[in-house]
Amino acid sequence: MTTTADQIILLARRSVLRTWRNPAATIFPLIFPMLLLAVNSGGLRAETHLPGFPTKSFVAFALAVPFIQGALFATMNAGTDLARDIESGFMSRLSLTPLRGAALLAGQLGGVVALGVVQACFYIAVGLVVGVRPAAGVGGVVLLLVFAAFIALAFGSLGATVAVRTGSTETVQSLFPVFFVFLFISSMNIPRNLISATWFRDAATVNPVSYLLECVRSLIITGWNGEALGLGFGIVAVIAIVGLTLASRSLPKRLAR
Amino acid sequence: MRNLSVARAVAWRTLHNVFTNPGLVIPQLAFPLFFFTAFAGGLSRIHDVRGFSYPQGYTAFQFVFVLLQSAAFGGVFTGFGIARDFETGFARRLLLAAPHRTGIVFGYAAAALCRWLVTAAFLTTVAFAVGMRVGGSGVDLPALYLLAALLNSAAVLWACGVAMRLRSMQAGPIMQMPVFLVLFFAPVYVPLGLLKGWIHAVAVVNPLTRVLEAGRSFVAGSPTQVAAAYGAAAGLALLFSLWAVRGLRKAEAAG
Repeated sequence: MTTTADQIILLARRSVLRTWRNPAATIFPLIFPMLLLAVNSGGLRAETHLPGFPTKSFVAFALAVPFIQGALFATMNAGTDLARDIESGFMSRLSLTPLRGAALLAGQLGGVVALGVVQACFYIAVGLVVGVRPAAGVGGVVLLLVFAAFIALAFGSLGATVAVRTGSTETVQSLFPVFFVFLFISSMNIPRNLISATWFRDAATVNPVSYLLECVRSLIITGWNGEALGLGFGIVAVIAIVGLTLASRSLPKRLAR
Repeated sequence: MRNLSVARAVAWRTLHNVFTNPGLVIPQLAFPLFFFTAFAGGLSRIHDVRGFSYPQGYTAFQFVFVLLQSAAFGGVFTGFGIARDFETGFARRLLLAAPHRTGIVFGYAAAALCRWLVTAAFLTTVAFAVGMRVGGSGVDLPALYLLAALLNSAAVLWACGVAMRLRSMQAGPIMQMPVFLVLFFAPVYVPLGLLKGWIHAVAVVNPLTRVLEAGRSFVAGSPTQVAAAYGAAAGLALLFSLWAVRGLRKAEAAG
């Protein structure tokens, strides 16, 4: 390993390969969101008859959800892999090498981002097969992939932060229900303006996950919507900055020789 | 009697492990509550969809599903404990010590039921606190709980059979995924009549649909499909008790 770029590439490759070699870590994030999409789009199709519902296709509406679920799996993957490296002593051995902390973080998250993009391609392909045609066209699909990469980076950095701080795979795994709560208390299944329970609508409005969903949804259903895109990219940037800052601040303690 | 004493000991140990570990108790109570909140609160507007008719309101409509779901997942979570007992080697010592091993299966099933009763009591209290309306009489609501208890037994016996065959925590998704699918391929969000396309076809043949529709009819105070629902739930429990006992024999053979 000579340059930081080499270090990042090697670690990113390792991150992708170790996930690829674990079928549970690759198949589950692809299949589970699709199963939930199938179940929800079948069960909630009647919702499209509500006045003001933005589309006639519930699949198109619900296709945004797998993108966020994929990000949750990215969080788990990034955090669990890093925590396992700490638990197994791999990180201690790395600390004896000239590896830079930034390269470790970038490599780990690079792998997560790559997998996030693969997941997003799969979700878009499934959407196209079942008849969803993104309103924003080819450019919109490209932007969706970019957004998926950013979401994976942002959520992955949160998982990495917890892993570096606690060094425990169990603690990282226990984050999953917390993120799941954020997903469910959002506009995941119904647009915010159609939520009749005021407290739920308020909770969904202050929940940043709603805006991530609405960003993806805008590209699929309405086309180019500057407000939705601005909010989505803005929120994901804030999450990424916070996550990366916290993770990089905690890392030197773990890499102390 | 020997079976009973084995069952009692296994059940007590399982319950002790669960209720002295916040990491197990909290998710067991929080998850159903969270699904209830997300479905009943977030999707209440579905009540306005044309053709949707449930006089007790969407909260009661979703309460039945979440109650049944908590029963099924209460069984699956107990299955995780069985797999953990095998992984740690405790189950092997249990197999050596128990004079009648079938009691082990009964013990786990009894523990799952007791676990779920706590969740059911908690969920029911919350549902009434947020104003759930019930149209049934004094008999209808207990009939719903009995139906859910049968489902809980079916789920724990399914999970027990898997755990005893695979004897590893990695069996978790195999225990969980089919239960999740069977539950969600029933009419979760709207009545069966409002489902369209492939999901309707699947829901019609799904035995859980009968259980769910009967459960909702109990809460509405106009029971329908009662025999079919009890038949389906009891049939599943019976089928999976054979599956669990055969699993026990395989675990015995594996040593």
